[in-house]
Amino acid sequence: MAKNKETIRSKIWGEVAEENNPFAAAACYCSGYDVYGDLLGKASWIEYLYLLFSGERPTAQQARLLEDLAIALANPGPRDHSVRAAMNAGVGGSTYASCLMAGLAVGAGQLGGAHEVAIAMGYWVECGESSPKWHDRLRHPPEEERADIWSPIEHPPGFDPHGASCPTPVRQTLAYLAEVSPGNALAWLQQHRVTLEAAADCPLAMSGVAAAAMIDLGFSPRQGEMLYLLLRLPGAAVHALEQEDFGWRRYPFFGDALELQDDPGGKTTND
Amino acid sequence: MRRPKQLLENEDRLVTRMGAWFPGERVVFRGKDLFNELSHQRWMGLLLYGITGRLFTDKQIQLFEGIWTLSTSYPDPRLWNNRVAALAGTARSTGALGIGAAVAVSEATIYGGRPVLGAIDFLLRAQKHLDKGFELADFVNQQLQQNRLIAGYGRPIIGIDERIEPLTEFAAQLGFRDGPYVELAFQVEEILLKNRFRLHMNVAALAAALAADQGLSEQEYYQYSVLCFTAGMFPCFINERNEPEGTFLPLSCRRVSYNGPPRRSWDESADVNDRHKE
Repeated sequence: MAKNKETIRSKIWGEVAEENNPFAAAACYCSGYDVYGDLLGKASWIEYLYLLFSGERPTAQQARLLEDLAIALANPGPRDHSVRAAMNAGVGGSTYASCLMAGLAVGAGQLGGAHEVAIAMGYWVECGESSPKWHDRLRHPPEEERADIWSPIEHPPGFDPHGASCPTPVRQTLAYLAEVSPGNALAWLQQHRVTLEAAADCPLAMSGVAAAAMIDLGFSPRQGEMLYLLLRLPGAAVHALEQEDFGWRRYPFFGDALELQDDPGGKTTND
Repeated sequence: MRRPKQLLENEDRLVTRMGAWFPGERVVFRGKDLFNELSHQRWMGLLLYGITGRLFTDKQIQLFEGIWTLSTSYPDPRLWNNRVAALAGTARSTGALGIGAAVAVSEATIYGGRPVLGAIDFLLRAQKHLDKGFELADFVNQQLQQNRLIAGYGRPIIGIDERIEPLTEFAAQLGFRDGPYVELAFQVEEILLKNRFRLHMNVAALAAALAADQGLSEQEYYQYSVLCFTAGMFPCFINERNEPEGTFLPLSCRRVSYNGPPRRSWDESADVNDRHKE
């Protein structure tokens, strides 16, 4: 038996136990709100999500922006790397948790993924709404002397290194979110998109719109990274379920795609 | 704009030297026939061959296995990554989910992935610095001043690392105790012990030095280390899987210490928000 009972510290969550069971909560408070006795039935899912992340309930405009961002991000579609990872799990009959874990692991990355969003948000924190700062940062990304588990990003964060021009859904999302946003980042991005794309030598990507939206919502890069991971899970989930239904015979295996360059050709060599 | 040139070139085309499965016939593993040329490899040898493309001697493979055996897998469910495996067991999740999550969690900042990579990165950079004719102490002190820590030195919870001695002895038995990077790692410790923080070497620096002496690059060592904690995770999962469900270190409600905003009503705070907007 431990001498001192250690506790979990939280500014988010507090509980009052049932009288007959110290391990069952009679009431749960989220940032001071009684979740099951008051908030349930009054708050929308997106208001509750904002409350969980920020500690305060959102204004109507903030809730609107987060909800619309959530719709824009919910399903990147079955060609997206993270959704493909989830479908690969689904089609083989893997556990549903592994479908989402696969989606998260791949979607965490620095090409259209959550860590790219965090890096892009770092640029926002540093450059704000200053064109000269943005142009300088996009042309001269920071260099870290020490190695990290995240390798250096290979393209300007928030932009698509394989793009030809800014895709219509990205422009539509940016235009709409800029209109409803209570902040300035999205509107500034909308206004300066073309010159930023020229500086980046790449078109804006959805991750760049998401980063600006997270800034307008007042989130930190860490919060933005987490939210981006979370908000893209619905697409991963449903496409994994769908491919499980269709089965592996109707899912691409790329049977003829692989070209092996170093093939011993079935002969045994002893070198 | 680069345009999707590379995507168009690679659609339905995967060019690789890493290997392939020829169904019903054979497997090629980095240019070698798995069943004929690699069939006598130990698993660690195959793992290292997959990572580096180089075959290692039996002694080297013993060393790489020994690093894992002696320094990376403690079956203690209080350790943060192992606790994930234990929680999966008590919550009756699957073994693969529990271990998979625990492996991912091991890529941490205060232990695991970042210090592992940071330790070899530091030693390789220190050697480059020495090769240019600079003093080791200058580099160490500059890195400490700049980054406030040096991966592989110092340790959370307790300063002394009990793994140094057995791993050093093991390396000595194999003849790997006196490699240049191991020497370098101990020289760095000497410098840091004279510093006001008095930082001892932890096993991350020694293991990284032993690997660097065998020619592993920073990225090769990182990949080699990804699975290194797994042996300690299975016992943690299994123990809880065999106990009554939900009984792993349960927390009663009062163990959550709340220090956020005071109790308030949703309707009243809506009014506050509306006033704020006006």
